[in-house]
This record gives sequence, C-alpha cells and structure tokens, in this order.
Amino acid sequence: MSDAPLLEVRELTKHFPLTRGVVFKKRVGSVRAVDGVSFTVDRGETLGLVGESGCGKSTVAKVLLGLERPTSGAALFEGEDIFTMSRSRLRGLRREIQLVFQDPYSSLNPRMTVGDIVGEAFAIHGSVVPRGERRGRVQELLEVVGLDPDHVNRYPHQFSGGQRQRIGIARALALRPKLIVCDEPVSALDVSVQAQVVNLLEQLQREFGLSYLFIAHDLSVVRHISDRVAVMYLGKIVETGEQADLYDNPAHPYTQALLSAVPVPDPDAGGERIVLQGDVPSPANPPSGCRFRTRCWKAQDLCAEEVPELVPRSTVHPDACHFSAVRQVLR
Amino acid sequence: MSDTVARVETAGTPPGPVTEDAAGRHASLWGDAWRELRHDTLFVISAVVVLVLVVMAAFPRLFTSKDPRACDLGLSLRPPSAQHWFGTDILGCDYYARVIYGARVSITVGILTTVAAVVIALVLGSLAGYYSGFVDSLIARVTDIMFGVPFILGAIVLLTVFSSRGLTQVVIVLVMLGWPTMTRLVRSSVLSVRDMDYVKAAKALGAGDTRILVRHITPNALAPVIVYATIYIGIVIATEATLSFLGVGLQLPAISWGLMISDAQYRIADSPHLLLFPGVFLSLTVLSFILMGDALRDALDPKLR
Amino acid sequence: MTRTFPNEAAGEAEVGAAVLEVRDLRVEFRTRDGVVSAVNGVSYAVDRGEALAVLGESGSGKSVSAQAVMGLIDSPPGFVTGGSILYRGRDVLTMAEEEQRELRGRKIAMIFQDALSALNPVFSVGDQIAEMYRVHEGMSRAEAHRRAVEMMDRVHIPSAAERYGDYPHQFSGGMRQRIMIAMALALGPDVLIADEPTTALDVTVQAQIMDLLAELQRENEMALILITHDLGVVADVADRIAVMYAGRIVETGTVRDIYRNPAHPYTEGLLRSIPRVDQKGKELTPIAGAPPNLARIPSGCPFHPRCPYVRDNCRVDVPPLREVLPGRHAACHYAEEVLS
Repeated sequence: MSDAPLLEVRELTKHFPLTRGVVFKKRVGSVRAVDGVSFTVDRGETLGLVGESGCGKSTVAKVLLGLERPTSGAALFEGEDIFTMSRSRLRGLRREIQLVFQDPYSSLNPRMTVGDIVGEAFAIHGSVVPRGERRGRVQELLEVVGLDPDHVNRYPHQFSGGQRQRIGIARALALRPKLIVCDEPVSALDVSVQAQVVNLLEQLQREFGLSYLFIAHDLSVVRHISDRVAVMYLGKIVETGEQADLYDNPAHPYTQALLSAVPVPDPDAGGERIVLQGDVPSPANPPSGCRFRTRCWKAQDLCAEEVPELVPRSTVHPDACHFSAVRQVLR
Repeated sequence: MSDTVARVETAGTPPGPVTEDAAGRHASLWGDAWRELRHDTLFVISAVVVLVLVVMAAFPRLFTSKDPRACDLGLSLRPPSAQHWFGTDILGCDYYARVIYGARVSITVGILTTVAAVVIALVLGSLAGYYSGFVDSLIARVTDIMFGVPFILGAIVLLTVFSSRGLTQVVIVLVMLGWPTMTRLVRSSVLSVRDMDYVKAAKALGAGDTRILVRHITPNALAPVIVYATIYIGIVIATEATLSFLGVGLQLPAISWGLMISDAQYRIADSPHLLLFPGVFLSLTVLSFILMGDALRDALDPKLR
Repeated sequence: MTRTFPNEAAGEAEVGAAVLEVRDLRVEFRTRDGVVSAVNGVSYAVDRGEALAVLGESGSGKSVSAQAVMGLIDSPPGFVTGGSILYRGRDVLTMAEEEQRELRGRKIAMIFQDALSALNPVFSVGDQIAEMYRVHEGMSRAEAHRRAVEMMDRVHIPSAAERYGDYPHQFSGGMRQRIMIAMALALGPDVLIADEPTTALDVTVQAQIMDLLAELQRENEMALILITHDLGVVADVADRIAVMYAGRIVETGTVRDIYRNPAHPYTEGLLRSIPRVDQKGKELTPIAGAPPNLARIPSGCPFHPRCPYVRDNCRVDVPPLREVLPGRHAACHYAEEVLS
C-alpha cells in the first residue's frame, strides 16, 4: 500500500483575463478564479470540495481535467505533474482521471444512443477493448450503474434525470479510472433521486477502489460522502480537515457561517445561526490580505495587511484565519 | 446476481416522454421529428408540392408532351383553351409547357445555390465557431464586410459583368452573395453547442478536434441550418426570378418564370394569362419551401426537457 | 376609485380565519401528446400570520397550483377544470375579470425563483417598485419614489436611496430577490406566495432571505405559502406542511408532527433519504424509481410503484385524504402502519 497521495495539487492558480475591445483585445485585469489552492486526494478516499458560487471550485475541476490551462501551479498524479506532461502521456492520463457533470440534460449528446455515449471511450482509446467486445462491456457498465443493459439503443431523452446521471457515471467508469472528479453530480436531481445516485457512487467506490474529488455546494451531501473536506472562498481554501472534525469543530469564521446557514430538516434542531452581511466581493477585485475580511465579524487591521496561511492553529486541522477559534455551530 | 437485480430495481422503469414508440428503440430525435411532421398538415401539403415540383423539374415530359420551343406564330397570344391549357405566348409557344419547363430552372438554381452555400457555411462557420480567436475574428470580419454589400444591387452589378449569363453564372453570383448569412447561422449554432457539457465530456475522454466536430458538434448544430436552408431555397428561387425579370439574370432562350413574367408585364390588360400562370407557380413554389422550413423548425426543436 | 371587499369594510379579519383557501383545485394541460393532469383535487388553507409549506418535487404540481391562484396559467394549454380558490371566503374564480386583477397583486402577491427574469431589465429597480404605487394607488411620482425607497430599506438593501436608479443586472442574486420581495409587498398584501424563492441562491444568501421573509411576515401578520422541495427550509420556516405528489396532496399536518412521525410512505421516504449536515454515518435509504410523468399517472395510488408498503388494493383504489390523527391527514390506505 503506497503512502503517496494519488493526487497532489500544489498552489494551483487560474486567472481569467478581462479584456476590452472588439478587434484588438486589451487586457484590463483578471478574474482570479483560483488563487494558490493546494490539497491532496489519497487512494480510495473522497475529498469534498465545498463552497458557494464564485469560489472557484468548478474551475479547479476544469483545470484538473485539462479543459482549461492553469496560470501556474502543479498537480501531481501518481507523482507526475499533469501540466507538464507530453501529449501522449496526457492521452494516457485521460484513462486515469474522469469527470461526472452536474446537468444530466446537457451532459449527454442528445443525438447519440446511450450505448454510443458510454462506449465512446472505447472508440477513442481503441486499444483498451477490442471492437467485438465493446458492446458487451457497455452493457456490463450499464448494469453496474443499475440500468437495464437492453436499453443500449435508447436515446438520452427517453430516460429520467437520475438515470441520465447514471449514464454519465457509466461513461466515466468505462476506462476504469482511479480518480473521478464529480462536479455537483446530484444538485440538479430531485430530492428523492439524489440518495440513489449518492449511494451508487459510494457503492462503486467500494467495489472499484475509486477516489473521488466531490465538488458541491450542498454541505449535507458533502458531509455524507466525504472522508475529508476542504472549504473554498473566493479562490482560496480557508479550512480543511477530516469530515467529522471539520463539521463538529469549525475554526474559520466563514466555515462557521456556512455551516450555521444550512437548514436542517428537523424543527427541533439546535445550533446557532450566523447571518453574514453584504455580498461576495468580485473575484476580479478581491480584498487585500484575507479575502473574507469584508464580511467577517472578527476583522481587524492585520486581516487587511497579511494573507493568512492555511495551517493548523486553534485545532488539529488547518485553517486560514488570523483569529481562528473553534465554535460549534451545529447541534 | 441478486445484487444486480437489486440495482436494476432501484433504477426503476424509465417514465420517458410520450414519444416512445412501440419497440421503445431507435427513437432518435430525427425519428421523433419525422413522426411529428407526418401529422402536420401544412408540412405534408408543402412537401407534396415541393416533391411535385422537383419531379417536374427532373422529368418535365411526365407533365406535358408538348415542346416548349415548338412555336407557331400563327397561334400567338391565344387565351387558355383545350389544346393549350395555359394559352400561348407572343411567339405562339404552348404556355403550359413553358411553365412546366420553367420549373427546371427555378428548382435547379434553388438547390444548387443552397447546397453550395451550405457547404461553404458549414466549413467556415464550424471553424469560426469552434476555434474562436484569430480564425474566428478573420472569418467574422470577412463575413461582416460581405454583409455591407446590398444583395440585389450586388447581384445586378456582378451579373452585368458577364456577357452571356446562363445557369452557372447566376448560381455563382448567388452563392457569392449568399454564403455570409448561412455562415453566420452555422457559427452561432456551433457556438451554442461548443460549450455544452457533452462536448467537454468528450474532451475529457480524450477525443480529438475532428471527432468532436464530426460526432458531437455538427449533428447538434445542424437543425437550424436545415431549417434555414429549406427556406433559403425559396428565397433563391424568388431572387433568380427577380433578377431574370430585371434582365440581369438568365437570358433567352432560357425558360425562366422570371423572364416570362418580364415579358408579360406589358400585356397584362389583354393577355393576363401570361402573367397569371408563371406568377402563381412562382409564388406557390416559394411559399411551399418556406412553409416546409417553418414546419421543420417546429419539429426539430431539441426535446431536451 | 378603489374597490372594497366585503370584509374590508367590516375591519380586520378575525384572527385565525383562513385568509386563503384552495378547495379541490384541478388544473389540466391539453397538449399534443395528451392531457396532463397537473393538479388533481388539491385543497389547502392558510391562516393569517401562518406559514404553510407546500412541499413537493418536480412534477408534483405545487407550482402549478400556486400559479392557478395567481391566474398565471397560460390558457390554452392550461385550464382550471374544477375547484375553488377562496380569498376571505369569496371564490376568486367566479369573480369578474377586473376584480380578480385587483385582488391579485394587491391582496395576494407572489415571488418567484428567478428574480432576473421576473424583473424588467430596461427599467430601474426603483421605478419598478414605484410603478406599483403609481398604478394601483394613484400616487404622484414623488410620493411613489419616496415609498419605493422606503420599501427598499425595509428589505435591507444598503444605500437604498442611491440604488433607486440602478438596473436589475447591477445587483447580486440575493439583492434581486429582495427587490422582488419589495415589489410584492409594496401594496401590503395579506397573502404572499413564495415559489422556490431561494433555490437558486447560495446557502448563506438563502439564510438571509428566509430571515427577511420571516421578519416581514411577523411585522405584517401576513399569511405565507412557501413552495419548495427543500426539507431543511421547511423545517426552519413553516408552521404547517402540505406534501404534494403527482398533483395531489398526500399528507398535511404541523411541521413538528410530520417530521417526527410521518404518516405517508412518500414523506417517510423523503425524510429517510436526505443527508443531514449535523449527522454523519447514517445510511441513506433512497426512494426507488422516479417521480411520475404527469401525462401517465399510475393507477390507484400514484405512489404505489415506489412504495415499500404497497399491497394489491393500492394499485386499484385511489386513497382519499383522510384524518389519521387529530389535525393530521394522509392519503394512504395503510397510514396507520406508516405511523407506527
């Protein structure tokens, strides 16, 4: 059993240029979507990456999957930096890291049969499965995700949202990847169906030894499925740790506010409610020093001057707050 | 395999939209569209008319045994009768035969021009929409410049350059002036498809640009192009007739509805049949293509929800 | 000339009387592919100062029933084919067109999920709120302007006076939602219908908005009908719940009662399948299958294909909504079994 993490991300940064002009575009600034993010994912574990809209979590997914080029930073997959790999190595990497999308309606090509969609991986990487065996493998995959293998020739619009998400998962599994990045995989599904897909993901993880980078804004789902969790705000990770520890003993004020805001389906639930003032600042112009200071009730001059490092302070797990203090906001 | 059975049970049966056919298979979006179109009266009527016109263009002999060029000056300007259903024109040619043969020109010009414009548009539009950046800017600016040229005026100017104007010259000029609109349509269609999650999924699987363009982008970007192309055939036919009417399109001895209308304009009072028949046929043809395109647009609306 | 309603002249409505009551409402959509029964005999009522949550997933008919109350159903293809909507005892559906319009907007207001599409992008937000006063109460421009700024203040939009002239796209999602609330509450309605008001918002913003709604409801003693699928939000805000499935109400009761001990298998299934932020390690027990297609609602009890308690008669007999405990109703043949 190797101790090295499967994926190690170091200081990942992605800035999107803001341009003005129609023909000759001039750069007038940049949207700092991801600014120096570091985390690891071990074999067989699930890291939950959580945050609200605009925090940069989806951008992290896109960069890791090669859909965007990073501005700087490294991502070591099994020790090798994926951003400096050759084209041929990258091609091989596609088989190791895959992606499950949020929207079950736009993530499947409406003009391809389900069999073609799931089997596309085999068509692209011809050497993995010989042509004659492909249909059989596709049917196996459909079965694994709980769909009827006889529906191979159906089209996506003939399936419900939850089933389409299963098709997307089958597609991601085709090449037997080691890591699957799940970008809000259940947010677009009905509540009664979400549990089906979450259970399926957990079951597949046990069966195939998968690792997940689970990106979501729903803190309840993230708590359920993750082993470790990282909280993002405006392009940076503000707190990270083991799931139980982080949820029970949050140390960063943003994490505390976030957790306190989640409505609990229990009218007798205790816990306090911290209501944040103001809006999220624009990622094109983030506050100096600690980015959360404009909405933080503890903010002092130091917060504007010095960027807090992500290190353990008031508790076992690391957080990025100069005045970190554990506050149990859930019951 | 009780495990699998349990999984299948949890998945449940697909409720599916009501477009499932009996076999439940091969219900592609094209198939769905076809099924819907079959029941659309307007589409059926216009499609039948178009079909008849195409057959008319390809096999005029099926509609008349008379020769449109066998003219007898003695029979000049006769009104419709049993021997000459549409009467005769000033040279004594059977008008019915001339109208039938006129379909050939209209349909040919319409289809050739549209096909050529679509091919150019698909290539340029896909490149512009998919690659963005410099390629897109270049194509987009060229397209914009072409838009600055007024269509009919430009056609007239270009056509007067040619001393002898036949089908080829007219088609070339119409294609030259028509590709920008189609290209822009393809480009915007490609742009809307390019950012769809399923394209990103294909990239994440390692698909190359060719595969993505051919397998994912083009099939999904095609629907609006097909709709517009159908309507465009109608527009081209009307344009050719207009240009021939103005005397800058086809020339005699070509048989074109536009030319026939041009000849008829001075004789409306005494021989209205000269204007009526080619006019009706022209209007009917253009209308049919436009209605067909309209019906297609409704049927090809992606049923993603 | 302002119109008066029967009870207005008599003064305040008695505390506890149902301000809005929906009785046996039926709405269908006649489409090319058949008739879709979106709402199949739905009844619920909300009292002054009370918050009723109408809980359901997509395709449950919850939004359609609210749209019917507000007269927002496009007809064709939608038709209200039965039932009544009683505002202070008078059936809105039998009122004259003009009276209906007076009622809706003034006395019954609605806010939606997507504030951006509910607000007109070419007018400033202040003008849109002021228009309510100018059109419905005949105020002068200056007075309407003043009242609009006041309203914006009440919904806690910072620097309201300066932001009067700003356009919708210049605000964040949460702010736009507040503006929509300001517009809805401008004329002091008795009933506010909130259709998924926070679904599109981040959780911290959601908390702000729900707090605001609770505050405004208390201040004005308004009745609130909250339409949502979020069991957490319901637990926070609502006094009573009506659970909807396939166009029918399948359970009603107080929030506390239902969450502690649901009487319908669907409600029970939902509660068992959602993860909770304050608990880890619980197995999620999903509900099998998927919500039904409203054009093809299953026979008998519409939930039977997914129900763990299903018996033979469930496939045939539609269970009526009956009182299973004092103050609690459920539409299940075996509700007692579910309760135990």
